[in-house]
Amino acid sequence: MSTELLDLPATRTLTIGKALNDGLRRAMEDDPKVVLMGEDIGRLGGVFRITDGLQKDFGEDRVVDTPLAEAGIVGTAVGLAMRGYRPVVEIQFDGFVFPAYNQIVTQVAKLHARSRGAVPMPIVIRIPFGGGIGAVEHHSESPEAYFAHTPGLKVVAVSNPVDAYWGIQQAIACPDPVIFLEPKRRYWDKAPVDTSATPEPLFGARIVRGGDDVTVLAYGPMVKTALQAAEVAAGEGRSLEVVDLRTLSPLDLDPVVDSVRRTGRCVVVHEAPVTLGLGAEIAARVTEACFHSLEAPVLRVGGYDVPYPPSKLEEAYLPDLDRVLDAVDRAMEF
Amino acid sequence: MTAVRNETEIDIGEAGEFAGPVPGAGAPHLPQQPDLVQLLTPEGERVENAEYPLEVSDEELRGFYRDMALVRRWDAEATALQRQGELGIWASLLGQEAAQLGAGRALEDGDMAFPTYREHGVAWARGVDPLHVMSLFRGVDNGGWNPVQRGFGLYTIVIGAQCLHATGYAMGVQRDGAESAVLAFLGDGATSQGEVNEAMVFAASFAAPVVFFCQNNQYAISVPLERQSKVPLYRRAAGFGFPGVRVDGNDVLAVLAVTRAALRAAREGQGPTFIEAFTYRMGAHTTSDDPTRYRLAGEVEEWKLRDPIARLKAYLSRSGLADAAFFEGVDAAADELAVRIRRGTVEMPDPPPTAMFDAVHAEQTPHLAAQRAQFEAYQAGFEGGAE
Ligand SMILES: Cc1ncc(C[n+]2csc(CCOP(=O)(O)OP(=O)(O)O)c2C)c(N)n1
Ligand SMILES: [Mg+2]
Repeated sequence: MSTELLDLPATRTLTIGKALNDGLRRAMEDDPKVVLMGEDIGRLGGVFRITDGLQKDFGEDRVVDTPLAEAGIVGTAVGLAMRGYRPVVEIQFDGFVFPAYNQIVTQVAKLHARSRGAVPMPIVIRIPFGGGIGAVEHHSESPEAYFAHTPGLKVVAVSNPVDAYWGIQQAIACPDPVIFLEPKRRYWDKAPVDTSATPEPLFGARIVRGGDDVTVLAYGPMVKTALQAAEVAAGEGRSLEVVDLRTLSPLDLDPVVDSVRRTGRCVVVHEAPVTLGLGAEIAARVTEACFHSLEAPVLRVGGYDVPYPPSKLEEAYLPDLDRVLDAVDRAMEF
Repeated sequence: MTAVRNETEIDIGEAGEFAGPVPGAGAPHLPQQPDLVQLLTPEGERVENAEYPLEVSDEELRGFYRDMALVRRWDAEATALQRQGELGIWASLLGQEAAQLGAGRALEDGDMAFPTYREHGVAWARGVDPLHVMSLFRGVDNGGWNPVQRGFGLYTIVIGAQCLHATGYAMGVQRDGAESAVLAFLGDGATSQGEVNEAMVFAASFAAPVVFFCQNNQYAISVPLERQSKVPLYRRAAGFGFPGVRVDGNDVLAVLAVTRAALRAAREGQGPTFIEAFTYRMGAHTTSDDPTRYRLAGEVEEWKLRDPIARLKAYLSRSGLADAAFFEGVDAAADELAVRIRRGTVEMPDPPPTAMFDAVHAEQTPHLAAQRAQFEAYQAGFEGGAE
């Protein structure tokens, strides 16, 4: 066994990227059926180095540098899964998942149902998502709604190193296909991770800051933005409760509903365009569950309904602290 | 004879090397390739190829040198500008100048080219202002040129997608009865994409006037060619039902001759050709990449000996077609170009934020117009230091 993890202290400060790397390593040690596949993930360790060192330690059969073909990567993962493997595929950037979209939507998502449970699809599709890194086209997309809209898939988005470390292992252990979204601009954010702790369930939301005035929902890269907004709001005498949704399909809205019944106000934040984004579904469900407690309509803060712009404009496009606070103001003034 | 090298390439024993410690080490090397079209050796000797006779004037030869030297200088300046924070990223074409200028100059008026993101030399040949390419890598826009007017498509980052567009464009040319051809650019890695294979099926099936020009620079980021193909790429064409040819991609004359012939055949209704320009990516994949993680310096050194510009320079000097004054003149022009590119890039204004709402649709929707207005009002709230 190859492990550099055994000799290390249980609690270490890790970046999201390193936490994913450690989580993948641990999953590979725990289950010999785990196979990593993707473009440049082996020798190079992935363009974000998330799989750094894993090919060296686990070999080329378990960490596979694939040909340059996303449909090929996901389609062969289906076959490997049928053969009892647990493929974990890396899509290099969000904008490059689309050649695989057919396989994901027509095959990965449906095989369990089509075979009436005979063929589980324990596939994890890791996608670095979201913008804010000054990239060229197709490197800053937020495609989560396409997947959350597809029955048969589970979709999660991590926001911090602890969830990255545990979440990737839980996603791999999950018998269903999981679209695992990684906030690429936060890969370098650090936090202590206790690798001996008992993790929280993967498919649950978490209140990350308590407050009374407005409930702010976010996931992935926007959790940090929401927390920053809450900090600034506190200075202005406003108390925001921030919820990290963590799971986008299934949504875990129980803690959200409890929160909104208290605050009476709800703002949903994501980078993806607002139209038919996660916020739309959440607004509908929160309104149904909290109609009599709401003091204002559920407000959405998201990307505009335009293609992700060239990087000189991404600051204007992306929701930031000010846009969250602006929505909070509107919710309060309603 | 021709088959010898090819046979060993698909031999299992040698395929085993592909997993070895030096990616690309299994790649066949130029002098041992009898089936490689070459008109100018790495040493700068002019050789003839009966299938590809080339008539090229002295002026054109000097023009090629000038083109390649200027494009290389542009590339170096862009890399420097990226390092200085003036560009978000840069994809260098270093080492691929001959492939790109040879192919680009084979195009005629009315022809159309569909590039990837690395075709700065083709952009140059098509008369695209380098600053229009710089604006893309600076994050100002997605490329400032009009693709149809220029006969040069927008840079396409999604690997392989443009091959289908090129094929469809060629189907249009065919319907119009026009005497034009289309040149689709792609990399070695791209040949694995389903869409590229679909493009070749369509092109073959409809005998579309399209030429697939594959720059085999031996790598797709870190992944060596051997992971994409167990046969030389040009041989794939046979399976689709059209000719494939491998040309020395560092020999601008051979690339010109082969691409001209393929485009001519396409114009004459003979359908597609696949050209594999055998070359090497001398630099990193992009400025974000660290090639020391996956290839050895020795490999790069070896390819330096096949430099496309040095060999033309050797030929021009030795045959008396250019003198020191000519080369000095080119250097001076390159300096001037670098200054123009640097100044133009650094001084390039940011687009107005509302630009992102424009041209989303041919007919603006009321919803997006309202969103734009809201956005403007919101932005205005920050102006004049309101806080
Ligand atoms: C569909 C898609 N998948 C992945 C990528 C990421 N990517 C950018 S360039 C590249 C390698 C391309 O290699 P090749 O086709 O050989 O062209 P080269 O870069 O060598 O010119 C990859 C994997 C992409 N741009 N598009
Ligand atoms: Mg390549």
